Amino acid sequence: MSGEDEAWFDEAAGPLVRPYAVTGGRTRSDQFGLELITLVVALPSVAEASALPPEYARIVRLCQRPMSVAEVAALIDLPLPVIKVLLSDLIEQNYVIFRRAAPMSEAPDQHVLQAVLDGIRKL
Amino acid sequence: MASENSDPRRRLTATAVKLLVAGGFGVGKTTMVGSVSEVPPLRTEELLTSASEGVDDLAGVEAKSTTTVALDFGRITISPELILYLFGTPGQDRFWFMWDELATGALGAVVLADTRRLESCFPAVDFFERRGLPFVVGVNCFDGAHRYGTEEVRAALDVDPTVPMLLCDARDRESTKQVLVTLIQHVMRNAELLPAGR
Repeated sequence: MSGEDEAWFDEAAGPLVRPYAVTGGRTRSDQFGLELITLVVALPSVAEASALPPEYARIVRLCQRPMSVAEVAALIDLPLPVIKVLLSDLIEQNYVIFRRAAPMSEAPDQHVLQAVLDGIRKL
Repeated sequence: MASENSDPRRRLTATAVKLLVAGGFGVGKTTMVGSVSEVPPLRTEELLTSASEGVDDLAGVEAKSTTTVALDFGRITISPELILYLFGTPGQDRFWFMWDELATGALGAVVLADTRRLESCFPAVDFFERRGLPFVVGVNCFDGAHRYGTEEVRAALDVDPTVPMLLCDARDRESTKQVLVTLIQHVMRNAELLPAGR
Protein backbone atom coordinates (compact mmCIF):
# COMPACT_ATOMS: atom_id res chain seq x y z
CA MET A 1 0.00 0.00 0.00
CA SER A 2 2.68 2.47 1.02
CA GLY A 3 5.96 2.82 2.80
CA GLU A 4 6.16 1.80 6.42
CA ASP A 5 6.60 5.32 7.66
CA GLU A 6 3.62 6.56 5.76
CA ALA A 7 0.18 6.28 7.28
CA TRP A 8 -1.87 4.02 5.00
CA PHE A 9 -5.11 5.42 6.24
CA ASP A 10 -6.47 8.87 5.66
CA GLU A 11 -9.88 10.47 5.53
CA ALA A 12 -10.63 8.89 2.19
CA ALA A 13 -9.99 5.47 3.70
CA GLY A 14 -12.92 5.98 6.05
CA PRO A 15 -13.10 5.07 9.72
CA LEU A 16 -10.42 2.75 11.02
CA VAL A 17 -12.98 0.37 12.42
CA ARG A 18 -14.77 -0.78 9.33
CA PRO A 19 -18.55 -0.86 9.69
CA TYR A 20 -18.72 -4.61 9.34
CA ALA A 21 -16.56 -5.07 12.41
CA VAL A 22 -19.68 -4.45 14.51
CA THR A 23 -21.63 -7.11 12.67
CA GLY A 24 -18.88 -9.71 12.82
CA GLY A 25 -18.52 -9.46 9.04
CA ARG A 26 -22.12 -10.39 8.35
CA THR A 27 -23.91 -8.54 5.61
CA ARG A 28 -26.92 -10.71 4.94
CA SER A 29 -29.94 -8.85 6.14
CA ASP A 30 -32.92 -10.17 4.25
CA GLN A 31 -34.10 -12.39 7.09
CA PHE A 32 -36.98 -10.07 8.02
CA GLY A 33 -37.20 -8.23 4.70
CA LEU A 34 -36.33 -4.91 6.32
CA GLU A 35 -36.77 -2.02 3.91
CA LEU A 36 -36.00 1.69 4.02
CA ILE A 37 -39.35 2.61 5.52
CA THR A 38 -39.97 -0.48 7.60
CA LEU A 39 -40.85 0.93 11.01
CA VAL A 40 -39.11 -0.32 14.13
CA VAL A 41 -39.62 0.36 17.82
CA ALA A 42 -37.64 -0.90 20.80
CA LEU A 43 -39.32 -2.74 23.65
CA PRO A 44 -36.73 -2.17 26.42
CA SER A 45 -36.54 1.26 28.03
CA VAL A 46 -33.54 3.56 27.84
CA ALA A 47 -32.44 2.33 31.28
CA GLU A 48 -32.67 -1.31 30.25
CA ALA A 49 -30.65 -0.64 27.10
CA SER A 50 -27.43 -0.27 29.07
CA ALA A 51 -27.33 -4.02 29.58
CA LEU A 52 -26.80 -4.48 25.84
CA PRO A 53 -23.57 -4.17 23.83
CA PRO A 54 -22.94 -0.53 22.84
CA GLU A 55 -24.14 -0.55 19.22
CA TYR A 56 -27.34 -2.37 20.16
CA ALA A 57 -27.87 -0.10 23.16
CA ARG A 58 -27.62 2.97 20.92
CA ILE A 59 -30.32 1.58 18.64
CA VAL A 60 -32.61 0.71 21.54
CA ARG A 61 -32.18 4.18 23.05
CA LEU A 62 -32.93 5.76 19.68
CA CYS A 63 -35.98 3.65 18.90
CA GLN A 64 -38.12 4.62 21.88
CA ARG A 65 -40.69 5.83 19.36
CA PRO A 66 -41.40 4.37 15.89
CA MET A 67 -38.66 5.09 13.37
CA SER A 68 -37.85 3.88 9.91
CA VAL A 69 -34.85 1.68 9.21
CA ALA A 70 -33.44 4.53 7.08
CA GLU A 71 -33.70 6.96 10.02
CA VAL A 72 -31.97 4.54 12.37
CA ALA A 73 -29.11 4.17 9.87
CA ALA A 74 -28.82 7.93 9.41
CA LEU A 75 -28.94 8.80 13.11
CA ILE A 76 -26.64 5.98 14.27
CA ASP A 77 -24.42 6.85 11.30
CA LEU A 78 -23.82 3.35 9.99
CA PRO A 79 -24.50 2.12 6.43
CA LEU A 80 -27.94 0.64 5.80
CA PRO A 81 -26.82 -2.97 5.36
CA VAL A 82 -25.03 -2.83 8.71
CA ILE A 83 -28.02 -1.38 10.51
CA LYS A 84 -30.25 -4.05 8.97
CA VAL A 85 -28.03 -6.76 10.43
CA LEU A 86 -28.03 -5.15 13.89
CA LEU A 87 -31.79 -4.61 13.79
CA SER A 88 -32.32 -8.21 12.70
CA ASP A 89 -30.35 -9.34 15.75
CA LEU A 90 -32.50 -7.16 18.01
CA ILE A 91 -35.70 -8.43 16.39
CA GLU A 92 -34.55 -12.01 16.83
CA GLN A 93 -33.92 -11.35 20.52
CA ASN A 94 -37.33 -9.73 20.86
CA TYR A 95 -35.85 -6.34 21.79
CA VAL A 96 -37.30 -4.66 18.72
CA ILE A 97 -40.56 -5.11 16.86
CA PHE A 98 -41.06 -4.03 13.26
CA ARG A 99 -43.79 -3.28 10.79
CA ARG A 100 -43.35 -3.37 7.05
CA ALA A 101 -45.00 -0.92 4.70
CA ALA A 102 -47.89 -2.22 2.60
CA PRO A 103 -46.69 -4.57 -0.15
CA MET A 104 -46.40 -3.01 -3.57
CA SER A 105 -48.86 -5.44 -5.10
CA GLU A 106 -51.63 -3.62 -3.32
CA ALA A 107 -53.11 -0.50 -4.87
CA PRO A 108 -52.60 2.51 -2.64
CA ASP A 109 -55.32 2.81 -0.03
CA GLN A 110 -57.54 5.85 -0.73
CA HIS A 111 -57.90 6.53 3.00
CA VAL A 112 -54.14 6.67 3.38
CA LEU A 113 -53.83 8.90 0.32
CA GLN A 114 -56.51 11.24 1.64
CA ALA A 115 -54.75 11.42 5.01
CA VAL A 116 -51.44 12.21 3.28
CA LEU A 117 -53.14 14.88 1.19
CA ASP A 118 -54.76 16.50 4.24
CA GLY A 119 -51.49 16.26 6.17
CA ILE A 120 -49.48 18.03 3.47
CA ARG A 121 -52.08 20.78 3.15
CA LYS A 122 -51.90 21.38 6.89
CA LEU A 123 -48.12 21.79 6.95
CA MET B 1 -36.59 -9.61 29.47
CA ALA B 2 -38.44 -8.13 26.58
CA SER B 3 -41.67 -9.88 27.43
CA GLU B 4 -41.53 -8.94 31.11
CA ASN B 5 -40.89 -5.33 30.38
CA SER B 6 -42.97 -4.93 27.31
CA ASP B 7 -44.81 -1.68 27.47
CA PRO B 8 -48.33 -2.33 26.22
CA ARG B 9 -48.20 1.10 24.63
CA ARG B 10 -45.30 -0.04 22.52
CA ARG B 11 -47.55 -1.50 19.91
CA LEU B 12 -46.49 -0.72 16.42
CA THR B 13 -49.62 0.34 14.60
CA ALA B 14 -48.19 3.26 12.63
CA THR B 15 -47.96 3.13 8.86
CA ALA B 16 -45.10 4.56 6.82
CA VAL B 17 -45.43 5.76 3.25
CA LYS B 18 -42.91 7.35 0.92
CA LEU B 19 -42.66 9.68 -2.00
CA LEU B 20 -39.62 10.13 -4.22
CA VAL B 21 -38.01 13.30 -5.48
CA ALA B 22 -36.00 12.55 -8.62
CA GLY B 23 -34.05 14.55 -11.16
CA GLY B 24 -30.53 15.23 -12.31
CA PHE B 25 -27.54 15.87 -10.11
CA GLY B 26 -27.71 19.25 -8.40
CA VAL B 27 -31.25 20.06 -9.50
CA GLY B 28 -32.42 20.77 -5.95
CA LYS B 29 -33.86 17.45 -4.76
CA THR B 30 -32.47 17.66 -1.25
CA THR B 31 -33.48 21.32 -1.08
CA MET B 32 -37.04 20.35 -1.93
CA VAL B 33 -37.04 17.58 0.67
CA GLY B 34 -35.67 19.99 3.27
CA SER B 35 -38.28 22.65 2.53
CA VAL B 36 -41.08 20.52 3.99
CA SER B 37 -39.32 18.00 6.24
CA GLU B 38 -39.84 18.34 9.99
CA VAL B 39 -36.17 17.48 10.52
CA PRO B 40 -33.17 18.67 8.52
CA PRO B 41 -32.68 16.17 5.69
CA LEU B 42 -31.08 12.98 6.94
CA ARG B 43 -28.47 11.07 5.02
CA THR B 44 -28.00 7.35 4.97
CA GLU B 45 -25.62 5.24 2.98
CA GLU B 46 -26.22 2.12 0.98
CA LEU B 47 -23.21 0.10 -0.05
CA LEU B 48 -22.66 -0.61 -3.70
CA THR B 49 -22.34 -4.31 -2.99
CA SER B 50 -26.08 -4.57 -2.48
CA ALA B 51 -26.39 -4.22 -6.25
CA SER B 52 -26.07 -7.95 -6.61
CA GLU B 53 -28.66 -10.14 -5.04
CA GLY B 54 -27.77 -12.74 -2.48
CA VAL B 55 -24.36 -11.30 -1.75
CA ASP B 56 -23.42 -12.78 1.57
CA ASP B 57 -20.04 -11.27 2.16
CA LEU B 58 -17.60 -8.96 0.53
CA ALA B 59 -15.48 -11.74 -0.99
CA GLY B 60 -15.01 -11.38 -4.71
CA VAL B 61 -15.95 -7.74 -4.69
CA GLU B 62 -13.12 -5.64 -5.91
CA ALA B 63 -11.54 -2.54 -4.47
CA LYS B 64 -14.66 -0.50 -5.10
CA SER B 65 -16.62 -2.51 -2.54
CA THR B 66 -16.83 0.35 -0.10
CA THR B 67 -18.36 2.75 -2.58
CA THR B 68 -21.42 4.19 -0.97
CA VAL B 69 -24.53 5.79 -2.34
CA ALA B 70 -25.87 8.57 -0.20
CA LEU B 71 -29.63 8.85 0.15
CA ASP B 72 -31.08 12.05 1.49
CA PHE B 73 -34.53 11.95 2.99
CA GLY B 74 -36.93 13.85 5.19
CA ARG B 75 -39.81 12.98 7.48
CA ILE B 76 -43.28 14.41 7.96
CA THR B 77 -45.27 12.96 10.86
CA ILE B 78 -48.79 13.33 9.57
CA SER B 79 -50.29 11.72 12.66
CA PRO B 80 -49.10 9.25 15.29
CA GLU B 81 -50.41 6.59 12.93
CA LEU B 82 -49.02 7.86 9.64
CA ILE B 83 -45.48 8.92 8.76
CA LEU B 84 -44.53 10.25 5.33
CA TYR B 85 -40.95 9.95 4.11
CA LEU B 86 -39.57 11.91 1.18
CA PHE B 87 -36.54 10.34 -0.48
CA GLY B 88 -34.28 12.06 -2.96
CA THR B 89 -33.02 9.65 -5.61
CA PRO B 90 -29.28 9.44 -6.22
CA GLY B 91 -28.38 11.90 -8.99
CA GLN B 92 -25.83 9.81 -10.80
CA ASP B 93 -26.82 7.25 -13.38
CA ARG B 94 -24.42 4.65 -12.06
CA PHE B 95 -26.63 4.25 -9.01
CA TRP B 96 -29.57 2.93 -10.96
CA PHE B 97 -29.74 -0.18 -8.82
CA MET B 98 -30.92 1.93 -5.91
CA TRP B 99 -33.94 3.16 -7.81
CA ASP B 100 -35.70 -0.19 -7.65
CA GLU B 101 -35.44 -0.34 -3.89
CA LEU B 102 -36.51 3.29 -3.62
CA ALA B 103 -39.48 2.84 -5.94
CA THR B 104 -40.69 -0.29 -4.16
CA GLY B 105 -43.74 0.70 -2.19
CA ALA B 106 -43.50 4.38 -3.16
CA LEU B 107 -46.84 6.14 -3.69
CA GLY B 108 -45.48 8.41 -6.40
CA ALA B 109 -42.66 10.68 -7.45
CA VAL B 110 -41.77 14.25 -8.23
CA VAL B 111 -39.44 14.70 -11.18
CA LEU B 112 -37.62 17.96 -10.61
CA ALA B 113 -36.53 19.57 -13.87
CA ASP B 114 -33.97 22.29 -14.46
CA THR B 115 -34.69 24.04 -17.76
CA ARG B 116 -31.00 24.83 -18.21
CA ARG B 117 -30.30 21.13 -18.58
CA LEU B 118 -33.59 19.46 -19.16
CA GLU B 119 -31.99 16.26 -20.43
CA SER B 120 -30.75 15.47 -16.91
CA CYS B 121 -34.26 14.44 -15.87
CA PHE B 122 -34.94 12.19 -18.89
CA PRO B 123 -33.72 9.04 -17.08
CA ALA B 124 -36.11 9.68 -14.19
CA VAL B 125 -39.07 10.22 -16.52
CA ASP B 126 -38.21 7.01 -18.41
CA PHE B 127 -37.85 5.03 -15.21
CA PHE B 128 -41.20 6.05 -13.71
CA GLU B 129 -43.02 5.60 -17.02
CA ARG B 130 -41.65 2.08 -17.42
CA ARG B 131 -42.34 1.27 -13.81
CA GLY B 132 -45.88 2.64 -13.95
CA LEU B 133 -45.26 4.83 -10.90
CA PRO B 134 -47.38 8.01 -11.00
CA PHE B 135 -45.30 11.18 -11.17
CA VAL B 136 -45.57 14.91 -11.63
CA VAL B 137 -42.96 17.21 -13.14
CA GLY B 138 -41.89 20.23 -11.11
CA VAL B 139 -39.99 22.77 -13.17
CA ASN B 140 -37.62 24.32 -10.66
CA CYS B 141 -37.29 28.03 -11.31
CA PHE B 142 -33.76 28.93 -10.30
CA ASP B 143 -32.81 32.54 -9.95
CA GLY B 144 -31.68 33.85 -13.29
CA ALA B 145 -32.65 30.70 -15.14
CA HIS B 146 -34.64 31.37 -18.26
CA ARG B 147 -38.23 30.45 -17.51
CA TYR B 148 -39.83 28.28 -20.07
CA GLY B 149 -43.54 27.65 -19.92
CA THR B 150 -44.71 24.28 -18.70
CA GLU B 151 -46.02 23.46 -22.17
CA GLU B 152 -42.60 23.96 -23.70
CA VAL B 153 -41.12 21.68 -21.06
CA ARG B 154 -43.88 19.12 -21.63
CA ALA B 155 -43.12 19.07 -25.35
CA ALA B 156 -39.40 18.70 -24.70
CA LEU B 157 -39.90 15.86 -22.21
CA ASP B 158 -42.58 14.20 -24.34
CA VAL B 159 -44.58 13.03 -21.32
CA ASP B 160 -48.17 11.90 -21.34
CA PRO B 161 -50.66 14.80 -21.35
CA THR B 162 -52.17 13.48 -18.11
CA VAL B 163 -48.89 13.97 -16.22
CA PRO B 164 -49.27 17.18 -14.18
CA MET B 165 -46.57 19.74 -14.74
CA LEU B 166 -46.02 22.88 -12.68
CA LEU B 167 -43.49 25.59 -12.04
CA CYS B 168 -42.01 25.53 -8.55
CA ASP B 169 -39.29 26.83 -6.28
CA ALA B 170 -37.69 23.94 -4.42
CA ARG B 171 -36.55 26.26 -1.64
CA ASP B 172 -40.05 27.43 -0.87
CA ARG B 173 -42.21 25.44 1.54
CA GLU B 174 -45.54 26.55 0.08
CA SER B 175 -44.34 25.83 -3.44
CA THR B 176 -43.16 22.34 -2.48
CA LYS B 177 -46.46 21.70 -0.69
CA GLN B 178 -48.29 22.60 -3.89
CA VAL B 179 -46.16 20.13 -5.86
CA LEU B 180 -46.84 17.37 -3.33
CA VAL B 181 -50.57 18.10 -3.21
CA THR B 182 -50.67 17.91 -7.03
CA LEU B 183 -48.79 14.61 -6.88
CA ILE B 184 -51.11 13.01 -4.32
CA GLN B 185 -54.19 14.13 -6.26
CA HIS B 186 -52.66 12.58 -9.38
CA VAL B 187 -51.93 9.35 -7.47
CA MET B 188 -55.54 9.27 -6.22
CA ARG B 189 -56.91 9.70 -9.74
CA ASN B 190 -54.62 6.93 -10.98
CA ALA B 191 -55.61 4.59 -8.15
CA GLU B 192 -59.30 5.05 -8.96
CA LEU B 193 -58.63 3.95 -12.51
CA LEU B 194 -56.89 0.78 -11.40
CA PRO B 195 -58.91 -2.40 -11.37
CA ALA B 196 -59.70 -3.47 -7.82
CA GLY B 197 -57.25 -5.90 -6.28
CA ARG B 198 -54.39 -5.03 -8.61
